[in-house]
Amino acid sequence: MKTIHVQAPGLLTTVQDLGRPGFGPIGVSPSGAADPISLRLGNRLVGNEESAAALEMTLLGGTFVFPQGAILALTGSDFDAALNDVRVNLGASLYVRPGQTLRLGSTSSGARCYVCVQGGIALKPFLGSASTHILSGLGGFDGRPLRKDDVLHIGRASKRFRKRTIAQQALENFSRRKVLRVTPGPQADWFSESSLGAFYAGTHRVAEQSNRMGVRLEGPAISRRGASDMITEGVSLGAIQVPAGGSPIILFVEQQTTGGYPKIANVISADLHRVGQLRPRDELRFEQVTFDQARALLVEQEKLLASRGLILE
Amino acid sequence: MQTAQTDGVEFQPASDQSLLIYFGHQITPDAHQRVRKLLRLLEQKPIAGVRNLNPAYCSILVSFDVVRLNHARLEEILRGYIQRLDAMRIPNGRELEIPTCYGAEFGPDLNEIARLQALTPAQVIEYHASVTYTVYFLGFVPGFAYLGELPDALATPRLDSPRRSTPPGSVGIAGNQTGVYPFSTPGGWRLIGRTPIAMFRPDRKAMSFLVIGDRVRFTPISAAQFAALERG
Repeated sequence: MKTIHVQAPGLLTTVQDLGRPGFGPIGVSPSGAADPISLRLGNRLVGNEESAAALEMTLLGGTFVFPQGAILALTGSDFDAALNDVRVNLGASLYVRPGQTLRLGSTSSGARCYVCVQGGIALKPFLGSASTHILSGLGGFDGRPLRKDDVLHIGRASKRFRKRTIAQQALENFSRRKVLRVTPGPQADWFSESSLGAFYAGTHRVAEQSNRMGVRLEGPAISRRGASDMITEGVSLGAIQVPAGGSPIILFVEQQTTGGYPKIANVISADLHRVGQLRPRDELRFEQVTFDQARALLVEQEKLLASRGLILE
Repeated sequence: MQTAQTDGVEFQPASDQSLLIYFGHQITPDAHQRVRKLLRLLEQKPIAGVRNLNPAYCSILVSFDVVRLNHARLEEILRGYIQRLDAMRIPNGRELEIPTCYGAEFGPDLNEIARLQALTPAQVIEYHASVTYTVYFLGFVPGFAYLGELPDALATPRLDSPRRSTPPGSVGIAGNQTGVYPFSTPGGWRLIGRTPIAMFRPDRKAMSFLVIGDRVRFTPISAAQFAALERG
């Protein structure tokens, strides 16, 4: 069986796939890749199912040795990758000879970069998924981020190497943007006109304490009308909740499944992958769209992802 | 807000891929029963395109595949489900015990709660262990059960600033709720004791020790009993 030897883990590297939806009744959140589009594209470049498990790196990448070789692709943000000291490009399949070393540096664009290998990362799934849920220590590789000297197994695959790249033009549709589109949250009317105005007109800065559970924002303070207490309810992916302090939090892939703070807005499905590329100190704004517009944008995005011209062979 | 109302049931889009169903806006036994019934019905007869369910005190969040469903269509299907709830019978929840060692290093906030409520620590323990609690739902993290209601004499607000980490098994209270932290997580509930029972274990057939609708009592145990149970 082919393996990956972790020589240096990077800042925070975990095994992720497309998550485990469906376990809300026992309090398990779906987890999964923070930028699922990059994961899906990377898997297609190496001939995997889109949902295969891969390595997700955060801000600073690791160093990995492939004693038996591998076919891999890097997607997401540019982490200044090199294979045996020769620079490698994002968004292209890559043939790794036995014993070669993939070394990644720090990001020069967004927060996350994915290493997808042909055959996927092989490990025992928890509730149908290989995704790591860091807070509860469940799933993934021992339920935790990778450490030096960990050895990961690569799933069986017998496909020949094929040079594949992502069409540059198509890639621009998924690139980072300063504006996240949102729909009104279920408690949007709990906020004053002036707070809603500040939320949509203002610039928000991503705080250092952001992680896969939530992206904390600093910016215009948002205050609630009145002080009625909310009854805890289920929270959706990308919900923007506003605790008493007034600094919004975007609930993300490892989110709590229920919460008691009012939600002013919710990031649309078509922009969730962009949340996964936000770095601390990035600045962003919010733009409101209707539910119909949000749906149309996602349908369009899925159409683009399914289009023939996306992956060039 | 697009809020439609029939028979006290409200539908509220939460995001482009989720819909909230509210059975009123109060924590009542009736709302809880309706949540349990609808959850069971949705588990027995899944709706194509529904991806996840998040039950809570008096609501369920239904997440769906945007390409296959939309809010209006899902609401229409759910109305059909909700019409069947009154005729539905569901079994009572199981009766379970959570052995708990109160106070000292296991319950660092016990004395403070006693002081705030003008009780002795022994009285706080007695009150906490005197009631049968209902598991309203599981949420927050895997296996975390929201248990109610706490006796009025114990209802105490959360800590002003949450702890960075709470040991697994910690029994806490917040407002009129009580619960057990399954994992070492940050938490703002005031801690009064600890149980040796694993609230969530992925290698156990029923991963979560508690499920929605269970009836739970806390039974005080000594530190020696705690150690013995922990050794298993």
